[in-house]
Amino acid sequence: MGMIGQHLLNGLMQGTIYGLVAMGFTIFFGVMNVIKFSHGDVLTLGAFGGLVAVWAANALGLSVPLQFIVALCVAMALTAVVGAGISHFLIMPLRNAPPLNMLLMTMMVGTAIREAIRLFFPNGTNPQRFPELLPAGGFNIGPSFFRTDAIILIIAGAASIGAVYWIINHSKFGLAMRAVAEDTETARVMGIDFGRIIPLTFALGSITAGFAGMIYALYYSEINYSMGLLLAVIGFTAAIVGGLGNIWGAIIGGYLFAGLQTFVVAAMPSMSDYKNVFAFVLIIVLITWRPTGLLAERGSERV
Amino acid sequence: MGTISKRGLAALAVASVLPLAFGSFSAAFAKDKVKIAFVGPLTGAISPHGIGGRNSAELAVKLMNAEPNAKYEYELVVLDDECKPNVGVQVVTKIASDRSIIAAIPHYCSATAIATVDIFNRFKMPMVVWAAVLPEITYAKKYPEVHRVSGILIGQNRIGAQFMKARGYKKFVSFADSTDYGKSMNKYFTQFTLENGNEILGSFSVPPDQQDLSAELTKIKELNPEVIYFGGLTPLGARLRTQMAKFGINAQLEGNSGIMGDAFVNAAGPELAEGTLTFFDSPPMSKMPGGKMFSDAYKAAGYSEPPEAYGPFAYVATRLVMETIEKVGPDRAKVTADLGDVKDRPSIVGPVTFDDHGQNITPLTTSYVVQDGKWVVWEESEYVSGKRKLKNLP
Repeated sequence: MGMIGQHLLNGLMQGTIYGLVAMGFTIFFGVMNVIKFSHGDVLTLGAFGGLVAVWAANALGLSVPLQFIVALCVAMALTAVVGAGISHFLIMPLRNAPPLNMLLMTMMVGTAIREAIRLFFPNGTNPQRFPELLPAGGFNIGPSFFRTDAIILIIAGAASIGAVYWIINHSKFGLAMRAVAEDTETARVMGIDFGRIIPLTFALGSITAGFAGMIYALYYSEINYSMGLLLAVIGFTAAIVGGLGNIWGAIIGGYLFAGLQTFVVAAMPSMSDYKNVFAFVLIIVLITWRPTGLLAERGSERV
Repeated sequence: MGTISKRGLAALAVASVLPLAFGSFSAAFAKDKVKIAFVGPLTGAISPHGIGGRNSAELAVKLMNAEPNAKYEYELVVLDDECKPNVGVQVVTKIASDRSIIAAIPHYCSATAIATVDIFNRFKMPMVVWAAVLPEITYAKKYPEVHRVSGILIGQNRIGAQFMKARGYKKFVSFADSTDYGKSMNKYFTQFTLENGNEILGSFSVPPDQQDLSAELTKIKELNPEVIYFGGLTPLGARLRTQMAKFGINAQLEGNSGIMGDAFVNAAGPELAEGTLTFFDSPPMSKMPGGKMFSDAYKAAGYSEPPEAYGPFAYVATRLVMETIEKVGPDRAKVTADLGDVKDRPSIVGPVTFDDHGQNITPLTTSYVVQDGKWVVWEESEYVSGKRKLKNLP
């Protein structure tokens, strides 16, 4: 186990992606009691939007740092608009319908996004190579190799988690969001514009997906139309484990899942094929032990 | 009732007879239509290979239909198996239960082919596999309907192990996908590598669609092998190569037929693909007996996608099926019986001879290396002259 530092870095990187996805799930559920299963596909859409932006920026002759900024902005703006659109046109009209209808509807929206990428993106059925926009290489500490891009992405991921936390807990919009999450009717009576806050909340949750999509694309240098599927399942699981509706729970759930996956490969390399099975089985045990999640019972305030 | 003049009567007679005459005239020249099916991955990550195979099979049909002496007009029914066993079972059941389809040219992926061989046997439908190389497809059972023009992965691994030993490599790590194909690749790689007295430091198996290989690569870096052997298909192979570089792993990559083709070089990029080794059961197209003809005809047909490594085999399989139908007629049982007797049949990849399991026994395993974004025969590469060097040479 001379590579503990390396495994730790790998786990942190994956955990950051999972945590960001889980955070989106928890925002949607915390405010609207909605499990938005199209979240993974919105992430994919963000990554593809970022890829197109890189191509365009490259064609315009922009420098690599500018290409990176353009791609990031386009990915986040695209997912924000799509997230807000889904909430305004699809979720709001169905808000009094049974939760199952909402779940099915968001799954169908996700399938539509996924298939649209596959069918309409040029050569969309095949994996797409994502240009390397971050500094390559890295440095060794003992036997461990620390990738420069991974360190940048982990710091960026942690900063974005911090930013979302700040928005929710210290901004006026966050206050309105928490008020809606706590008691929708009272919030409306108090003058909170419900029709504005909900799409903005979904835009915020979807921006985290767009950001996670970009981290994924930059780290692996490859994206594909179905990449959001497993990420959504893992992100949702992480949100449940942490306690659906609790931001810190979602983050802990994300890092826990990544930690379990990494541990299996590090401890039993010949069992690496079973890392998802092992992680999901442990999660099942954990959920059975604490059905409301790891943190939900401690702090009842949502979001 | 009026009377009809003689001239009017004659015109009426001519008018009534003409369509009959023209009908029988054209019927004498119309050929019976015969349907054959092509199955391969047309969507998903493996689709470049499937589309290359489909184009090649389509080309064989076009050329056959253009031959004036052909007895039948052929129609190619194309179906997508997505390289997934469950989808393969569905589409093969569909074509096998359609009695108007006489024979099939199925599968690029071994995991899909091994799942469908029983269906071909149950429905008594003759088939010729065009790419899948898992030995069990032909050798696990003795089905008269099952044939294969491509080689089997045993030879690739034997030659590969000898090649690596000759270069002096001693320490290996195996990285294979967890399908039957990957397991079989790992099995024969392990067998021949150990027989050669070399050492396998570790074996890793991951699902073919796994994105994150960081945990496995961390462990591999710790093991510090001279060579990483890869037993799998292009998408995972390209992912492995990309992530190896990101982790600063400088091991030599040894592949096999699963990554042979332009798709691997495109997905990994020419720089990272440089120096990758592969062992494939065929010489390059330029050295095949009918390689130039195939290449010219493929170009003339205007396909925008390359035929990929197994395109010529798809062409040969389709051509073989049609030649057999020409000989014995569009009858599944007769086609099956005749395919069983194929010996030294000329084809663009060389003579085809099926053994008693329907396996073509004549493929020539050739060693390839990526040089400047192209697969080059090892003996003709700059690596032989010493101008370029493989990684980690002892």
